[in-house]
Amino acid sequence: MIPALLTLLLSQLAGETLSRALGLPLPGPVLGMLLLILGFALVPRLVDVVRPLAQGLLGHLSLLFVPAGTGVIGHLDKIAAQGVAILLALVFSTLLAIAAGALAFTAVARLMGSEEPEA
Amino acid sequence: MRDFAEIWSYLAEGPLLWLTATLVAYAIGDACFRASGRKPYVNAVLIAVLLLALLLQATSTAYATYFEGAQFVHFLLGPATVALALPLWDNLPQVKRAALPLLAALLAGSATAVISALAIAHALGVRGAVLASLAPKSATAPVALGISDRLGGSPTLTAVLVILTGIIGAICTTPLLNLLRIRDWRARGFATGVAAHGIGTARAFQVHPKAGAFAGLGMGLNAVLTAFLAPLVLRFFQ
Repeated sequence: MIPALLTLLLSQLAGETLSRALGLPLPGPVLGMLLLILGFALVPRLVDVVRPLAQGLLGHLSLLFVPAGTGVIGHLDKIAAQGVAILLALVFSTLLAIAAGALAFTAVARLMGSEEPEA
Repeated sequence: MRDFAEIWSYLAEGPLLWLTATLVAYAIGDACFRASGRKPYVNAVLIAVLLLALLLQATSTAYATYFEGAQFVHFLLGPATVALALPLWDNLPQVKRAALPLLAALLAGSATAVISALAIAHALGVRGAVLASLAPKSATAPVALGISDRLGGSPTLTAVLVILTGIIGAICTTPLLNLLRIRDWRARGFATGVAAHGIGTARAFQVHPKAGAFAGLGMGLNAVLTAFLAPLVLRFFQ
């Protein structure tokens, strides 16, 4: 548990430091994720150290968004004023983006002959 | 026995009550999701947020007071993002093989998210700080806040728009992709992660582990691309 937590926190800390030091547009945790993949490649033993904790965290990923989401109460006035416009923009742009991404993937995969039809 | 109001005012100021409330609200949301037979539109985050918002309104508790307790859960977003390295590592050979389709999906999904959100909102009369706050809404929360701040938006409004985007994506992705007859878990997961970041990724993990791994990758890559795209696209709408 402690080595796993330490691995995650050290990766994040390194990512955060590197991101600030080099002025990168990448957030610290995302850079930390890339650094940890590098860590897995260098020290394969790390994978099994991290696995139980990582699976536990990812199994409840949506819980972690609840505190930020509750911040909606501070913006009810703005959302009430332009609510319909904002909601329409969010719903349609999200649907279009998912469709565009998935269709682009399958189109290029088909061109390359690397389809993987599963259901 | 002491006055209940006195005990309440003591507890309401500390982190214990609000941390517990966050977990209880999520447990109720998750129980509803399971009871519904895991229907995507019964979203645990949405239910938890609604319950907590009602509770805070009813008890006239400030969001800042609530966040004192909830921050312990919020903090774990960072380590959880780092933990996405594990499913990515497990699927690395597949990720390498699908590099070109992934690149195409990233460009298409990321550009569509920013351009269509701004175009629709602008056409409906949204301007200024609210429009800027909307630009990075498909990126994961910590990146989106930074982008919004740089563009003259309101980071806290962006946080809310990001969460709403994630919830919308998590609810719609399964029926939408079924309608489009896309069966490839890689395409389904990746497109969901690009458009709906961590909440979409959480949803993808519920559906299939491979979809979850590719969603996590989509979320990470879109965070980088949105940081470049959002300022470029926003300029056309100002």
